[in-house]
Amino acid sequence: MNAVLKIISFSGLVLTVLPSVLMFNSKINFQQHADYMLLGTILWFVTAPFWIGKENKNKI
Amino acid sequence: MSENQSIAEALDHINEYEREPVPQSKTKGFKDFLAMVAGEHIAGTEFVIGPLFVLHGVTATNLILGLLVGNILATLSWTFICAPLAVKTRLTLFYQLEKICGYKLVSVFNAISGLQACVFAAFMAVVSAGAISLVIGLPTPSFTEMVPKNFSWFVLITIVTGLITVIAILGIDWVSRFAKISTPWLPWVFLAAGIATLPSLGVENINDFWQVANTKIWTGVAAAGMQQYNFWHIMFFAWLANTAMHIGLSDMFIYRYAKKPYYGLASIGGMFIGHFMAWVASGILCAAALQAGINDPTPAQVAFIGAGMAGLICVVIAGWTTANPTLYRAGLAIQGILPNTKRWKITLWLGVAAALMGFFPGIVSRLDALLAIFALIAAPVGAVVLLDVYLFPKIGLQQNFSHENNGGFNSAVAATWVISMATCYLLYIWLEVDFFFFMAIPGWFIAAFIYVPLSWWMQKRKMVNQLVTSK
Repeated sequence: MNAVLKIISFSGLVLTVLPSVLMFNSKINFQQHADYMLLGTILWFVTAPFWIGKENKNKI
Repeated sequence: MSENQSIAEALDHINEYEREPVPQSKTKGFKDFLAMVAGEHIAGTEFVIGPLFVLHGVTATNLILGLLVGNILATLSWTFICAPLAVKTRLTLFYQLEKICGYKLVSVFNAISGLQACVFAAFMAVVSAGAISLVIGLPTPSFTEMVPKNFSWFVLITIVTGLITVIAILGIDWVSRFAKISTPWLPWVFLAAGIATLPSLGVENINDFWQVANTKIWTGVAAAGMQQYNFWHIMFFAWLANTAMHIGLSDMFIYRYAKKPYYGLASIGGMFIGHFMAWVASGILCAAALQAGINDPTPAQVAFIGAGMAGLICVVIAGWTTANPTLYRAGLAIQGILPNTKRWKITLWLGVAAALMGFFPGIVSRLDALLAIFALIAAPVGAVVLLDVYLFPKIGLQQNFSHENNGGFNSAVAATWVISMATCYLLYIWLEVDFFFFMAIPGWFIAAFIYVPLSWWMQKRKMVNQLVTSK
């Protein structure tokens, strides 16, 4: 489950930055870029809290 | 036992080692610091400072070189000065300083530190609330507006500072956790916003960038009424914007938790991702805002231009990741003045104070002036502590003079601080220096040069007095 969450989280990060590159190259317009960035943001914040920091809990 | 009593008791048990060394068992790994420091320095203020450089007419070359050199110097300051000293003592700056100069004098410094941190936290709350206003369609006061006309602003500031205060009260673990979740995402938003905005400025391929950077972004022409900046302004600003934290040693409060002294290197994340990249990106966004006819863009407007709703969320989160450790630091500072009062209660009242300041954006908007003044106040203090910890044992002078002398007043520290600040201010006036930040480094060195002889004189006089008294 952790692995699935991490994949979704990192997909969110990719979706946060990749649309800007596509927009720079005129592949998508600004609204599409903004919508994809928002989706990437949501994916990150919905999944990251469930695994970030948890792997270090037992070490402290 | 009532529910209210149990919450207070639970808060009372949060131990942040305000007046004792952090135990080895509580130290944290490098990744914790990378996240915390990067999160603190990728802030809502980056949306303010990047545009500042554009409006002050710096050229593209001076900007890039100034940021490169300045941020390297800042990283080295944390790596070689702040973090090693923090790991050696495992104390907060405030408690270490109290041991050197005594309760009365450190109370003055703590009060100033707490006030500065509280104002900074209030500013970040204003920035975050401005973004939320834009999202939900509420009117946003400008930074120069002293009294907002809409009641919704007061409600928003109360909610935002309330959340910041809760995290700060819960302590370093929660501050760190929030930063670790937010930090991996924040820089990508700045980068993406900058890249996405370039076509609107005429950059159609990467080869166009430098020409557009010189003609449309960092043009070398200051806006009307703004001072012209050059390489030195940028370099010193980048290096000394966080004087209080590195050579001023305030970041001992986080690096006292470091396992190793070299963890100061973690600051490179904050400096080059948070400051360098974010300031360049926000400068690009500012140029686009100016091109669109927005003459005094807010961070929220600038972020929205490049990243839409995600940009607004970034402003909110970035404001929060900076405000959390800042208010936490303010709580530690004031707790140094009121050692018998629980830190959580102090932090709660500081949160209230931050909210009251945030109600009136015009009060907290002169951030650059505030940072510069505090750099001048904090730099001499850093020199005093550094010499006391490292040099005094080697040259036969007594460390922690106040602690070793029943809490006595350390006149050498008081004189050093006043002489250093006064000298720098007079130099600033006499030399007609146009940038207050230029005086922070001279202030540090002046303090370093006079603290040793003043301490020697004070300690020898005390020894003579003791000999005379014993006879």
